[in-house]
Amino acid sequence: MGVEGIGARVVRKEDRRFTTGRGRYVDDIKILGMTYAHFIRTPHAHAKVKSIDSSAAMQMPGVVAVLTGKQIVDDKVGNLICVWAITSKDGTPMKMGAWPAMAPETVRFVGQAVAVVIGETKNQARDAAEAVVVDYEELPVVADVKAAIAPGAPQLHPEAPGNIIYDWHIGDQAAADGAFKSAANIVSMDVINNRLVPNAMEPRAAVADYDTAEDHYTLYTTSQNPHVARLVLSAFYNIAPEHKLRVIAPDVGGGFGSKIYIYPEEMVSLWASKKVGRPVKWTGDRSEAFLTDAHGRDHLTHADMAFDKDNRIIGLRVKTHANLGAYMSLFSSSVPTYLYATLLPGQYNIPAIYAEVIAVYTNTTPVDAYRGAGRPEASYLLERMMETAARQLKVDPAELRRKNFITQFPHQTPVIMAYDIGDFGASLDSAMKAIDYAGFPTRKAKAKSEGKLRGIGVSCYIEACGIAPSKAVGSLGAGVGLWESAEVRVNPVGTIEILTGSHSHGQGHETTFCQLVAERLGVPISQVQIVHGDADKVQFGMGTYGSRSAAVGLTAILKAMEKVETKAKKIAAHQLEASESDIVIENGEFKATGTDKSIALPMVALAAYTAHNLPDGMEPGLKEGAFYDPTNFTFPAGTYICELEVDPSTGKTSFVNFVAADDFGRLINPMIVEGQVHGGLAQGIGQALLEHAVFDANGQPVTASFMDYAMPRADDLPSFKLSHTTTLCPGNPLGVKGCGEAGAIGSSAAVINAITDAIGNNKLEMPATPDRVWHAIHG
Amino acid sequence: MSAIKLTVNGKAVSAEIEDRTLLVHLLRDHLNLTGTHVGCDTSQCGACVVHIDGRAVKSCTVLAGQAAGSSVTTIEGIAKGDELHPMQAAFRDNHGLQCGFCTPGMIMSAIDIVHRHGGKLDEETVRHELEGNICRCTGYHNIVKSVLDAAGRMKMSRAAE
Ligand code: FES
Ligand code: FES
Repeated sequence: MGVEGIGARVVRKEDRRFTTGRGRYVDDIKILGMTYAHFIRTPHAHAKVKSIDSSAAMQMPGVVAVLTGKQIVDDKVGNLICVWAITSKDGTPMKMGAWPAMAPETVRFVGQAVAVVIGETKNQARDAAEAVVVDYEELPVVADVKAAIAPGAPQLHPEAPGNIIYDWHIGDQAAADGAFKSAANIVSMDVINNRLVPNAMEPRAAVADYDTAEDHYTLYTTSQNPHVARLVLSAFYNIAPEHKLRVIAPDVGGGFGSKIYIYPEEMVSLWASKKVGRPVKWTGDRSEAFLTDAHGRDHLTHADMAFDKDNRIIGLRVKTHANLGAYMSLFSSSVPTYLYATLLPGQYNIPAIYAEVIAVYTNTTPVDAYRGAGRPEASYLLERMMETAARQLKVDPAELRRKNFITQFPHQTPVIMAYDIGDFGASLDSAMKAIDYAGFPTRKAKAKSEGKLRGIGVSCYIEACGIAPSKAVGSLGAGVGLWESAEVRVNPVGTIEILTGSHSHGQGHETTFCQLVAERLGVPISQVQIVHGDADKVQFGMGTYGSRSAAVGLTAILKAMEKVETKAKKIAAHQLEASESDIVIENGEFKATGTDKSIALPMVALAAYTAHNLPDGMEPGLKEGAFYDPTNFTFPAGTYICELEVDPSTGKTSFVNFVAADDFGRLINPMIVEGQVHGGLAQGIGQALLEHAVFDANGQPVTASFMDYAMPRADDLPSFKLSHTTTLCPGNPLGVKGCGEAGAIGSSAAVINAITDAIGNNKLEMPATPDRVWHAIHG
Repeated sequence: MSAIKLTVNGKAVSAEIEDRTLLVHLLRDHLNLTGTHVGCDTSQCGACVVHIDGRAVKSCTVLAGQAAGSSVTTIEGIAKGDELHPMQAAFRDNHGLQCGFCTPGMIMSAIDIVHRHGGKLDEETVRHELEGNICRCTGYHNIVKSVLDAAGRMKMSRAAE
């Protein structure tokens, strides 16, 4: 490892820009002649739009246009879609209701847009929006899953009778039932995974610029995958063909899944830009983010686990109702199915599993993948079950887990996944040691003598990252391939540009991707530059989510690097009059082994471009591209243990210690990996203790600002103790697995298990607010 | 509309603005100082923190007119040329940022925290004092580390002056 190579804690290149206020986010962009969009949104969760009167608004100063849902439908802009097809048990396809970018007739969740005002200034558009009169006829509302599937419930979409989108299953029902028949013990539980709001700190925004002369659109957008945005906007939404649409995602202030999708506002901005013949900017405010960013989680689950007389798990049955909100967001259907149920075995050898998932429409904000996407839901359910089982079976929770760990790899689970490698015992050992698990009973007794309830909670998670291979996801219903592309360009003077389809919105690609090049070529990372986030510069990419950037994106770069190196070695051999097989690359030099002859990288690069003296028939230039489609998911795993105290008089929880032991395979930059884990832990702990998106019975969002929705603040969280154990991923040449979501996946159960341990009562749902904990203690 | 005059990052500026213009919009939209961010509409997130006459203030809660005549410092105004402010350097060295969106506000708040507490900063105080700033990426662990680190650096750089 060099000082800047793989494994080094290199300080991030992008930080000079971000710490000095020179980041360039979408709202920072100004284009000459730009107008501003302000959306008119329904205050009703379910209503008919009877009429929209914009005559008064049109008289107001600075109003350029008021455009409505009827107009966008008339102009044949396509409906929003979900691209992952799920088939119900009975063989029928999922039932998708139409989702126009602005509602021409019916609104189905509070905040859905019905019209947009385009103004010369933001304030003028906003003022005029107040003067637009929308006449609604309210319709009956279903605000939660139970209400939506009750007999006689109001129907949201004619396509989905009973508000059921699909009724899907996976696993072997007969085998699972058989296990329960022979079980020595059965553990049963109802578990709620509550709804979250992603709340990336940068609200979504779009700047759309239609060029009349060229009939060409440019869209600046807060996106995690600008190429996919372009693909969907052109292939499905009829905005413009791909070669007439440039999508740029510049600096993006956090995504966490919420910026994967195409939203109505981007489509409307593009369409409106052509309509008014001017650039259009829309910047969401925080209230709009609460109402319209795709939410996360929202599962109601009943599960049973069967054990034999030796406390080995022999079967698992799960039935989950997933609330997908009022419309099907881009990838929503895959989250409670293939991203959730396939991870239900967790780290355990469970021979028989049967899971059913019923996806339901309600009059709430659409739900889609959010930080971890399906995996946190699976892990939380399973790890609460394991803890509950340990208490019911009267065995130590850590030992019950250890006894059931998968120890042979590769391991084929009964629900699709083939785990390639892992050492679950090593993570558990490491976490138990870090928290002094053995000493806990003494500490608990001491706390008790001081009037405090102390608890410890274990959670062993596994996740599946780098969703792949394309052939496999295609067979499961995905509408896209999940490979990544890269191009490595060595410039004539030896500096290097890496073009990648991955997108960085906080993950530090500008540094880690350069570390790979530094490692291979021995050049400083300052000579290497990442180019990303622009559909006109990078040919294609799938973007960043599901912790895929290293395992898939970086491997694509490695493949392109290998091609560049091969050609560079040919040139070097020719220049040095040596044999190609004798050339080695060391510290930026190409050396002929066994001689003192060498040539530096810049001279090789220059030779490639002057082309005065190249091997006969060689094409000039030094740039290569590669597409990489992985052979399998990667499987990061680990153990989190939380020790905390509950004050029985207030129900307030305070952390004593939180340890995380993860196995992410090879770490490219341990400093960045740790940062990713911290962020994930904050999300998981936030959900466990604070965060909760609440809708009342009328579908009114009660938690639609930072005043009502409890975001974790510095004071709410502990400092974390991290450690890493390593099994190298055999599925990619770098041995990397992915780390972005682990913290969010594993930590919620650790916290809730610790609280329920402390209070001696298992009836607790997230978020475990002091009020809920107090009631759990005192009844 | 009113004309206002103030000092921003050491330079005298004047602008013709609507009376309802907030300081954050004066900075971002009129002066093109886009380092100050808007993360919420209820003054909870702290992405917009700047200094007015040396004190940390959420620029989304201040009318531009209220800042007339005062001296405003934004994230763009704290480095000395190419040399980062010790707080900026500490954030970089301790990986106190990821997407960078909350970072300008965090840094401006953090500098004020250090000024007010001097050498008496500990983790608990930093966590408590950061309650007006939200970060969704870092889990705060490294932000807290950055602020404590910078507190030492700022003391040293004052001593050197
Ligand atoms: S934008 Fe000022 S506090 Fe959020
Ligand atoms: S670094 Fe992204 S919000 Fe703080």
